[in-house]
Order: sequence, then C-alpha cells, then structure tokens
Amino acid sequence: MATPNKILLLDDDESMLELYQELLKQLPSRPDVQVCNSGARAIAMLESEPFTLLITDLRMPKMDGLQVLAIVRRKFPQLRIVVLTGVLDEEYRSRCYAQGVEMFWQKPSNTEDIQMFQNCIESMLDRVTQTPDGFRGVQSKSLVDLIQLECLSRSSSVLHITRAALDGRVWIQGGEIIDAATANLTGEEAFKEIMSWKGGNFEILPADPSRMRTIHGSSQGLLLDTAQSLDEAQAPEPSSEPGREGQPATGLAALARLEGVAFLLSVPMEEKAPLESWSLESPGDVAAWARDTHRRLARLGETLQAGAWTGATGFGLQEHWALQPHDLKGLLCVGFRPALEKDQVEQTMQLVFDKWAS
Amino acid sequence: MGFLTKRSSKSGLHQLPSGTFTVDPQGRLVSSTVPQWVPEALVREIGQQVLAVFKGAAAARLQFSELKIQYEAFRITAREMRGGAVIFLTPKTAPSALRP
Repeated sequence: MATPNKILLLDDDESMLELYQELLKQLPSRPDVQVCNSGARAIAMLESEPFTLLITDLRMPKMDGLQVLAIVRRKFPQLRIVVLTGVLDEEYRSRCYAQGVEMFWQKPSNTEDIQMFQNCIESMLDRVTQTPDGFRGVQSKSLVDLIQLECLSRSSSVLHITRAALDGRVWIQGGEIIDAATANLTGEEAFKEIMSWKGGNFEILPADPSRMRTIHGSSQGLLLDTAQSLDEAQAPEPSSEPGREGQPATGLAALARLEGVAFLLSVPMEEKAPLESWSLESPGDVAAWARDTHRRLARLGETLQAGAWTGATGFGLQEHWALQPHDLKGLLCVGFRPALEKDQVEQTMQLVFDKWAS
Repeated sequence: MGFLTKRSSKSGLHQLPSGTFTVDPQGRLVSSTVPQWVPEALVREIGQQVLAVFKGAAAARLQFSELKIQYEAFRITAREMRGGAVIFLTPKTAPSALRP
C-alpha cells in the first residue's frame, strides 16, 4: 500500500487549523494532515520528517508567512507550498509566487470555494504521486535565458508570457523561434516587444505545429540582437532592490549568501541603537543574550587574565551559532545550518566576520 | 614587568588553569581535576558564567549542547549535562610563558 501524502498545515488560528485539517482529511487520497501554529514549529517539523505539501497562512505573529516561505524554500526545495490567506494584496501574491509557491488561495468563504480548494489540493497531490522524480526549483531568469534554453534543447513548445494585463506568446518549433504575438504585433516586432518586459509569469504550453512561420532568421541571431538592444536600453538598477527572501538588501543579506549561514544578527554595543538582523525570529531576545554573554565573558577574561574575549561558538543538533565582538561595531551573532562541521562553522564565521567588520 | 605584576594582582593567579570540572544545575562544583592552586571560587565562577550562557541562550531559543569560548590565551569548552555542565579549561600558550 502506498504511503499517504503528508500535509503540514500552518496557521496561528487554532480554529482554522481544525477546520482545514478536517477538510483535507476528507480528500480521496486520504493524506496524513499535521498542524502547527508557528513558523518556528513548522520548520522544526519539516526538519524532523518529510512532507509533501505545506499549506501556510501569511499573517502570523513573530515569524510571518513570507519569512516561513523564504526559509522553507531554501531548506526544502522539493516541498510543494500553498498559501492560504485572508490577505488580498497583489504585492503579497507576487512575492509569494516569486518565492515559488504553487498556489495562492484566498481562504474559502463558501461551499463552492471549499470544494474547489479541495479539488486543487487533491490534484496537486495526485501530480506529486505520479511524477515524484525530476528537478524543481525557483529562480529568476530573464526571458532571453528561458527562450535560449528552449532553443538549445531543440524543444517544440509555446511560451505563454504574461505581465499584468499584457499577454504574449512565442512559438518554438524544433528549437527555432517561428513566431510571436502580442496585442497587435506579430513576428519579430512582437518578439522584441515581449522581450522588453522586465518581469512577469510564464508557462510552457504544448507545441503548435500548425502555426505559420513568420520569423525566418536564426534564433540565436535574433536572441543576440534582442539581448544587445535590451542591454543598451537598460537603466541602472535601483539601489533599493529587495534582497533574497524579500527582505531589504542590507549588508547582512549579502553575507547570508555564504554557504551554511542560517541567520545573522548585528548588535551594536549601544543598547538603544537599532539591531540589524536577517532570518532571525526573535532578534531582540538574541541581542539581549548576546550583550549579556559579552559582558559575562569579558569580565571572566579579566578575572582569569586570559586576554581579550575573542569569540564563542555553540554547537547543537538543530543549529550552530557563533558570537564575536568587534571594538567599534559591536557584536555579530551568526547561525549556521547543522550540516556544517565544527571547523567549517569556525571558518565561515571568520569569513562572515571579516566581511561584516570591513 | 610592571604590566605582568598588575595583571597578576587582580586574581592572584600565577598561570592559567587547566583541567576539567563538572558543575550541577545550581553551579555547585561536583568534581574537578583542576590543580589545587586555582582558587575554588574561581572555578565556581567559571562554571556559573558558563551555565548562565547556556540558560540565557535557551531563553533566547538558541539550542546547543556544546559551547566553546575563546580568549587570546585561553579556551573554555563546555558540554551541557542535564542542566549542569562538564567544562574543560585549556591554556593556549605554554604556562611557563605566562608566569610573572
């Protein structure tokens, strides 16, 4: 007998958890539905056992749904994610899709919606069961990259691209771009127009062999021309571009790209100065502990005449961390994923610290 | 030599301690291989500070079982043990070099 799919349901509202747990248990595939009411708990559960699907709310205290998505997407790239929320905001929707969620659902308010929600989840579980293998991932690719991939793999497909109200299609046959269409434009003009869109969504539809060819030049030549035109037209990137996981691109976000880093916290010695943190659920609590630890260890060092306190490291099953003082900048506390060995933690900490201090 | 005299006058230590000791959850010394010239109060103080770091971290939801504290000339390694700890003291420099 096949193992049932496992669904983790995350919502801070206990009554919603009960309701949706019941609804999901009624699905024909009879999934195993587990619930939790905080982001931290959800991550711990996902770490402890494999789940097929995470269904999460967005508005929650402490760690909100977007933070959960950011962490989960990074730690569990194979996990399917559905957002189920009362928040009706296009920006939230876009940010969720950018984080790679499969579906963004407004909490159903009537029987029809509930039925549709159940059908969608069942259909998703069914797809997972039928095609468990293969690579999945989330990334921001330019349209040039996407089309180049289709061409290089000699695919035959129709690329359907949308950007807000704009809608375009690019027909690819045997790796050659044969036509494009958007609004009143067709052929190369339409292709160049579509390629100028700076963001949006795409889906790859089945090939349409009956489509008349209007673009006769080589696909590589067309892509090169287009890429060159785009480069020339490109304005400088705004400096306030959001960083990874939708958080502001602070200096810490850049440090977080180092392998194995789970969270970062920069603690100024001045208690009233603002903290800077990345991917940490309770920066205030950790900062208070870091300052207290600094005071204790500095005092102990004086008593022992052991020289200055240069750092502390903690190793655990769930995570590792390191804390290091800097004369001018204060304290840097960094969390590390448990997969890192002790010496890797220390080496990575030194790298992070040096970059932070500079 | 004035510098070294001033340093040594603070705790009366002639060299950095080495050895292992255990403390219970209340910070009481349970067993020790730390030399007798090291004041017991100092060993207890180290134990209590280590326990305070563990407890503070737990309150801040940082979970770990092993703690390594680095000083310029000294290292403290501690493993959490049912609320208490086993603590290893390791001078980094040869003890004779630190003698006043």
